[in-house]
Amino acid sequence: MPMDGLTIEREILIEAPVEVVWRTITEPDQLSQWFADRVDLVIEPGAQGFMEFGDQGGPVVVETVDPPSRFSFRWNHPRDAEPVAGNSMLVEFTLTPEGDERTRLRVTESGHELLAWPDAEKQRYADEHQAGWGEFLDRLATLVAKR
Amino acid sequence: MTAQTDDELWSAIAEPSRRQVLDLLVSNGEASASWLAGRVPFSRQAVAKHLVVLEDAGLVSRRKQGREVLYQVEAERLVQATRAMAELAAQWDRRLAAVKRLAEAAHAENKAREKQKEEPS
Repeated sequence: MPMDGLTIEREILIEAPVEVVWRTITEPDQLSQWFADRVDLVIEPGAQGFMEFGDQGGPVVVETVDPPSRFSFRWNHPRDAEPVAGNSMLVEFTLTPEGDERTRLRVTESGHELLAWPDAEKQRYADEHQAGWGEFLDRLATLVAKR
Repeated sequence: MTAQTDDELWSAIAEPSRRQVLDLLVSNGEASASWLAGRVPFSRQAVAKHLVVLEDAGLVSRRKQGREVLYQVEAERLVQATRAMAELAAQWDRRLAAVKRLAEAAHAENKAREKQKEEPS
């Protein structure tokens, strides 16, 4: 479960069955239409590949492939290092069918600082029911502006 | 903003203890490490360490007043961080909207094909 903190969480409702959405987010020729410019990746757990964004690019490692409901990979790590917990961002897609022809697609992107926390710390933080860090920033920025 | 600046900022902000420190600095305006340590459930050494990380990320600055070192929040950097966060969220919104377009188009195509099969030629 994603925790509050360094996590970005967005979702969208799609008028298509979950299998169709699954293919859209996992097939490399589809991925290159909405995500990276070039995708060189086999979609299976542990597979290492490459994604290119304009003049930038880097290694990607597939983490979870659980059709048609969960797909995750790691990226954004130092260029020369293998992406593992502690040096990378984890991107997780969750697909939930809502009827036969509608799917809720949620994406979370979480940072390495958060992932490296001990479980007790994560739990404590989750228990605080605090707003996400985006809201935290908004609040602080507002306070600062008022000063 | 480069990926590296983002990374420093986020690492600095993601840690809940550091948020507490930031929070206190914002509400108090300016404070010393020992004043902060008196108001958080962790040690003075931990406060000092958090202040170093926050300072490296540009989120706080310090000045000397007599024998005391006072810390304060860098408002501009905070606003910058807020903007970076919003930008990343907007980027994902754009990507999800593209997935929606692609998936819905594929679904419509599948349906049209099925219908064609059903109809006797």
